[in-house]
Amino acid sequence: MTSLPVRALLEARAGFLEEIRRFFRSRGVLEVETPVLSHASGTDPALEPFHTRYKGPGGERRLYLQTSPEFHMKRLLAAGSGDIFQLCHAFRQEERGARHNPEFTLLEWYRLGFDHHRLMAETAELVQHLLGGMLPVEKRLYADLFVERFGWHPLEVDLETLAGAAVELGVAAGGLERRDQWLDLLMALRIEPELGRGCLTFVYGYPASQAALARLCDDDSRLACRFELYLEGLELANGFYELTDAAEQRARFEADNRQRRELGKAPLPLDERLLAALETGLPKCAGVALGVDRLLMLKLGAERLDEVLSFPFDEA
Amino acid sequence: MATYSTNEFRGGLKLLLDGDPCVIIENEFVKPGKGQAFNRVKLRNLKTGRVLEKTFKSGESVEAADVVERDLQYLYTDGEYWYFMDPENFEQYQADATAMGDATKWIKDQDICNVTLWNGQPIAVEAPNFVVLEITDTDPGLKGDTSGGGGKPATLETGAVVRVPLFVQIGEKIKVDTRSGEYVSRVKD
Repeated sequence: MTSLPVRALLEARAGFLEEIRRFFRSRGVLEVETPVLSHASGTDPALEPFHTRYKGPGGERRLYLQTSPEFHMKRLLAAGSGDIFQLCHAFRQEERGARHNPEFTLLEWYRLGFDHHRLMAETAELVQHLLGGMLPVEKRLYADLFVERFGWHPLEVDLETLAGAAVELGVAAGGLERRDQWLDLLMALRIEPELGRGCLTFVYGYPASQAALARLCDDDSRLACRFELYLEGLELANGFYELTDAAEQRARFEADNRQRRELGKAPLPLDERLLAALETGLPKCAGVALGVDRLLMLKLGAERLDEVLSFPFDEA
Repeated sequence: MATYSTNEFRGGLKLLLDGDPCVIIENEFVKPGKGQAFNRVKLRNLKTGRVLEKTFKSGESVEAADVVERDLQYLYTDGEYWYFMDPENFEQYQADATAMGDATKWIKDQDICNVTLWNGQPIAVEAPNFVVLEITDTDPGLKGDTSGGGGKPATLETGAVVRVPLFVQIGEKIKVDTRSGEYVSRVKD
């Protein structure tokens, strides 16, 4: 894309936001706003939050910029909000590239009584609506992608074979120890670029070790009820059949922090307010976060995220 | 030992990989949905000129290569080495045949060449884009043919052979584009 005139870009973006709001209003999903600054952040070892300091009445303390609005939205759900959606900015340290801006627009929504399969269907409807076309939809199991591409099962293959495959493909990187890191490497460099060619590809059945905030599958506890959506090699959305068990959530936060220490990263404080909300009871629900800028990129045929932002990071 | 974190990666940065100095041509940040981030980097090996792809775990540090480019004046060759001088501080450098590559075909003493130095040693020498050289041998050709069509081989004072128009004669000077090895024009003194 040769850069779009500023007015055309702004109109395309505004139209997107309007259509998203229309889509959810027609389905009775309520728009909410939650704080961008919070006393705690997610502990995910692969996400690094920005932090800042508050000084003023109430005392000085550290605050984090949200990496997603998930925790606040779950607290609303536990408090009885019903179905909700939010359009907001999220912030992630260390992420800058053709498809990454450290500050970006996220659409996140939660549906009570949905599981991840129902939410995948709704996600597909929204994306079709926004792109204004009827793309075919396919659902692929995470493990099948590896079996098809490499001939081995990602949970059963030994680490040596995994590493060997990366070396053979000429993509080996140093300092990788965990199975998930090798899988991430092959996923990012060899599988993702081929996903969603001319169709919406949902990947689901992620390894339990990559569950993040998803519950584990009832019929196979090695797998998590998590999905990702890809279109034209671009990851657009990540969704969960949400974990509602407070004790399990605490254990995952603690495991995250152990892993953060192993990776030489600072552990992060646990969000006790979220855990308390889970204690009082999060209704069964599924939730998904979709990168609005990325979808706009595809809509406008842009090559880089910078092309669809009013002010990219280096000009902000 | 100086190092660069992947966060500092950008085109033009010089790194030491498997003992060889390399320059970054392209740097791409990739990250699967949720998970480990990587930098996928395209580099040119400055010794061999080969282009390679490497993947780094984001946040990793890589040793920097002490590589600089200088405009140096070519002095002479003893057959084994080619000697250069920095016209600013008169420091001398010697380049071997590997570092010289194709440049030996084109340069004469006094020429200013772009030389890549690694730890102070020349590893690549670039001839000037255009050089003027005298023709030492070529077929006489047809007198009065100024059409320029066809052409013939001509040997230059450095030993290089280029195709020239039929009207160009021994003893004349011509301008050559060293990047393509093609004749550009005749040059009158």
